[in-house]
Amino acid sequence: MTDTPPKKRIATTSLAGCFGCHMSLLDIDERILELVKIAEFDRSPFNDLKKFTARCDVGLVEGGCCNEENVHVLQEFRQNCDVLVAVGQCAIMGGLPVMRNAIMHSDDPLKDCFDEAYISGPYTQNLKHQIPNDPALPLILDSVYACSEVVKIDYQIPGCPPSADMLWQTLTALLAGEPENLPRELIKYD
Amino acid sequence: MSTAKTLTFTIDGKTIQAAPGQTIMQAADEAGFYIPRLCDIEGLRHQGSCRVCTVKVNGRTTSSCTQPAEQDQIVESETEEVLNLRRDLVRMLFHEGNHLCPICEASGNCELQAMAYRLNITQPTKFPYQQPVRSLDASHPDIALDTNRCIRCGRCIRASQDVDGKGVFGYVGRGVHRSVGVNGDNLADTNVDITDKAIAPETCPVGCIIRKGVGFTVPIGEREFDLMIIGADIEGKSDD
Repeated sequence: MTDTPPKKRIATTSLAGCFGCHMSLLDIDERILELVKIAEFDRSPFNDLKKFTARCDVGLVEGGCCNEENVHVLQEFRQNCDVLVAVGQCAIMGGLPVMRNAIMHSDDPLKDCFDEAYISGPYTQNLKHQIPNDPALPLILDSVYACSEVVKIDYQIPGCPPSADMLWQTLTALLAGEPENLPRELIKYD
Repeated sequence: MSTAKTLTFTIDGKTIQAAPGQTIMQAADEAGFYIPRLCDIEGLRHQGSCRVCTVKVNGRTTSSCTQPAEQDQIVESETEEVLNLRRDLVRMLFHEGNHLCPICEASGNCELQAMAYRLNITQPTKFPYQQPVRSLDASHPDIALDTNRCIRCGRCIRASQDVDGKGVFGYVGRGVHRSVGVNGDNLADTNVDITDKAIAPETCPVGCIIRKGVGFTVPIGEREFDLMIIGADIEGKSDD
């Protein structure tokens, strides 16, 4: 038996994100075959594992925190991952959801956001005129928070989404235990 | 501007020639040495407010767009210390306003964003996000003003005052509350025109002054700083 090193473990999650960063990770195409030689996925939407099965080497977090559940998941990721990476602009600075934090002429942006979405919006059909408040829904936060405002983040991969090349280069470097070194021409914030 | 270049000084050990009265940045530009800048642009008077062009001259930090070149100056520009100062300045600009690159129509043409790319700003910072509530003025038929993205460089102010002779834009407020205002209730009340220098695409470095109807003529990914690192045009100048 050849002594192959144990496989690295990767966990991923999407918090207040659109899954675009996960899609971009899948855009590494056939390089995923190289990836599974050196690593395997733990908790991730890719394999639908909802809980951590072991401690992970790298955790990739997409999206910021807009509700209570996002905060819990992010804290679990911090506890269970050696290196925690904020992937994409939403995880880094809140991204599009953060637009609800500062609304012009509004003293209560969260309420105004909900009113527009569920009651007063021109294309809204909501006969009960109620904002959804089922106890099963995660409690919404007062504002949207970037991941680094909630837990310690070790690395960031900017982009909306980061390109597959960027994700591949960073992920392989981190799995090899090297510091992330983003080539300048791959750095994009859009 | 054909004064003889009688002064010599060094930037990072490289000898640069300058004419009397030139700033360090002007002399550096002509020698093909790019010093990052946001509030300074060719054709407008120097303001020295963004401090992104900070260099060390004989050991003291100063803005190179306003500091005159002098004989035998020793200027440090691309040292790790100066680069870190610039990175922090650019990071603070990002954290102070609402700079949402994914939804901004200036993305790719934005000098603030391009400066962050050039300075390799990718990693978490120590600064909090301010998320200020700022106004959006879409009253004018041809122009919109999204002050969420304003970095208060004052380029539109100087262009409107000095080139257009109008004074449409001006600073209002003090300290952290300083912002750029217009000389009317909103833009539609002013005598601004789409042909003004203040509204020209190159004047606003970010996506604050928006020319309506042309935002996505060039798609994201094919824009100026998608194709070129900011400053590469100056660095590409003949180097003798």
